[in-house]
Amino acid sequence: MALSEVYDFFRKMEDEKVILSFKGELTPELLTSILHVLEAKVKSIDFVKLKRKRIFNVLVECFQNLYHHIDETQLTRINGKQEKSALIMVKYVDESFIVRTGNFVSNNEIEGLKHKLDTVNELNAEELKELYQSKLKKNSHSEKGTAGLGFIDIARKSKGKLDYEFLKIDTESSFFCLNVVIE
Amino acid sequence: MRKFHLDGSPKTPLIDFDPETGVLELKGRSIPENSVEFYQPITDWLNEYETAPKQETIIEMKLEYFNTSSSKCILDFFKRLEKMNGQSTSVRVNWYFETDDEDMAEAGEDYQAIVELPFKIIEIDEI
Repeated sequence: MALSEVYDFFRKMEDEKVILSFKGELTPELLTSILHVLEAKVKSIDFVKLKRKRIFNVLVECFQNLYHHIDETQLTRINGKQEKSALIMVKYVDESFIVRTGNFVSNNEIEGLKHKLDTVNELNAEELKELYQSKLKKNSHSEKGTAGLGFIDIARKSKGKLDYEFLKIDTESSFFCLNVVIE
Repeated sequence: MRKFHLDGSPKTPLIDFDPETGVLELKGRSIPENSVEFYQPITDWLNEYETAPKQETIIEMKLEYFNTSSSKCILDFFKRLEKMNGQSTSVRVNWYFETDDEDMAEAGEDYQAIVELPFKIIEIDEI
């Protein structure tokens, strides 16, 4: 990118109503800071408390999903240095918060992820509640300490569908894009 | 037996477990990345408390937010208490939610449906 394009980049973000964007390696400390910044932003907008809490909840789940599930075999190789790189973008458009995330996944995980996302997208609020309860009851934690409830919770709190896309990178990996609009 | 106190942080709740009163309180937000690690000392403390508990054990759950990773740990916490209930102590859960926070009230109902402990879901102005 030429230096002069930095302004175009900035302008584009402004036009897209991006509040915050980040590309790089996620750490718990960084997530704490990002959440802190976004929480202050959400507070400054005149939402009712319930909506504020829902937005915060969805942000937490989306970011922690990324943190836990970035495929470690697909580390970004920049100058030989490996990092668990991901993309976060938060927008505020027409009184809706939009969270976008992007990360690498291995191709053999795609079917499982699609199945989870499609299932969640087909359910209404009552069915989501039932699925959440039955999963909570059954599952124990995964090796990564996650509960397998992330997408269900995001759907319950955002009250919307989880838009997604898998962009094929090569025979091994794809880039997983998730878009959540918090109604 | 020692009291278990931990101050709250931006990602973890305040914990105040008092073996003298039998009141165990969790307050604030529970959104750590590694909730299993965070909740382990609670289980350890309960194991010790179980050997000489108060006649009544009251759980005060005053959560503002919790992530799905914590939700599993909270269930394990209740399951542990369920085992103790009616044996050496009788356990009651007070689950608080802020006025208009129907999600937190519903979360309390989720646990109430799964756990066999007496639950009271209580509305308060502010946690």
